[in-house]
Amino acid sequence: MARVVVIGAGIVGAACGYFLARDGHHVTVVDRGTIGGGTTGRGEGNILVSDKPPGPELELARWSGALWHALGADPGSGVSTDDLEWQPKGGLVVATGAEALAGLMAFAERQASAGVECAPVGGDDLAGYEPHLVPGLPGGVFYPADQQVQPVRAAAALLRAARAFGATVRCDVEVTGVRVDSGGAVRAVRYRSGDGVREIPAEVVINAAGTWGGEVSTRLGAPIPVLPRRGFILVTEPLPQVVRHKVYTADYVANVASGDAGLETSVVVEGTQGGTVLIGASRERVGFDHAVRYQVVRLLAAQAVRLFPMLAGVSLMRVYRGFRPYCPDHLPVIGPDPRVPGVWHACGHEGAGIGLAPATGALIADLLAGRATRVTPEPFSPARFGDPSAPTPRVPGAPRDAGTVAWGASA
Amino acid sequence: MSSFTFDGTPVEFRPGQSIGAALIAAGIRSWRTTRIAGRPRGVFCGIGICFDCLVRVDGSPNQRACRVIADEAMTVTSQEGTGHGDLAV
Repeated sequence: MARVVVIGAGIVGAACGYFLARDGHHVTVVDRGTIGGGTTGRGEGNILVSDKPPGPELELARWSGALWHALGADPGSGVSTDDLEWQPKGGLVVATGAEALAGLMAFAERQASAGVECAPVGGDDLAGYEPHLVPGLPGGVFYPADQQVQPVRAAAALLRAARAFGATVRCDVEVTGVRVDSGGAVRAVRYRSGDGVREIPAEVVINAAGTWGGEVSTRLGAPIPVLPRRGFILVTEPLPQVVRHKVYTADYVANVASGDAGLETSVVVEGTQGGTVLIGASRERVGFDHAVRYQVVRLLAAQAVRLFPMLAGVSLMRVYRGFRPYCPDHLPVIGPDPRVPGVWHACGHEGAGIGLAPATGALIADLLAGRATRVTPEPFSPARFGDPSAPTPRVPGAPRDAGTVAWGASA
Repeated sequence: MSSFTFDGTPVEFRPGQSIGAALIAAGIRSWRTTRIAGRPRGVFCGIGICFDCLVRVDGSPNQRACRVIADEAMTVTSQEGTGHGDLAV
């Protein structure tokens, strides 16, 4: 069994901690802030297969959806449904015009051939799914496998279960680098403490720092490109159940896959167990700019009202924004980094981190144990970035002492 | 003295007084029930922060009684839960 440090107590780090601790590894999950304090707390908690075309990410999502189901429904998981606010509610994708409907149907057919459960819904039948939907839409597709959790509670629940399996969780621990041996393999994770630097002995360190995974990867000596893609979410006042499923328009899929840097919006609406309705989704590449753009808020609100006219009489309580961690090829980075033995990555999940978290943790656990994996791991491998035979980049200013090389600004 | 109606009964108020202040002055201490347990609520903070004193004004739910200035023409009614029960599906 290995000593493992997981960097990041968001949903992905929590899932890694959970599956590794369940395997019996000596696990420490650290975060520079709080549990779910980064991107995990800025999303909607969606667990979707509906928005993914056939390919490696869909395979990961289908497995992950089954794992969420098991976590939510299986008493042996150590995680309770109530803790997760788990809702296997299904997703309804609607088309707003004939052309969009044709595109959606073709997309759903491809998904169905890849094993995704989905059912076309005629325009006249949409009201049976969502009575408040604007009348006159031409149709849509229902995806029963789409689910939802409350992401921060889910991360906390996974970490609680991980602790029951022996893991340690430490907040306010900011990793600065790793210490490696003469062979270049990880021996310890370094973090700042007061005026000095301390170490946590580890053979394996997992970069689950989400949107900040790029910065952390540099500190670990194995840089990967993870970039922020900003999104806003609008929160209504608490309501009775007014929206039964996750409901979104077909153009959402095109936006998710888009490489455009400008503002893109599509309508995504869902209720929560707490009673609020969440309204998204916007995508902008503006770095880590925290400014609230009211034009975006207005646009999202107007789009949501067009889809659900009753929302016009409902007040918004607040607006929040976050930064999706995306990689240039829109695939997460999961697995060992060939450049530094012992450094693993589990980040870059863009807007799908909540959904993909369990499969990410389980895949890491399977790879570490040398077990057969449920999905092909190669598409997610960090090996796709940089040349593994090239010398590992050295962080300027990092000291070098006999037999060890330390990476990181303050190491 | 001017008055508005609260659940059909006239409630007197002085110019500039909030709905919440007028209700309390009239001896009415709660006018909303909570969403889940149905417990009574009225003014708690009195300064617009806590959203405990929500009331329906002229048909619009979730108005803060402590922040809405009373007016002769107003129809004020008590509120159950979210105030949007009519939207439930």
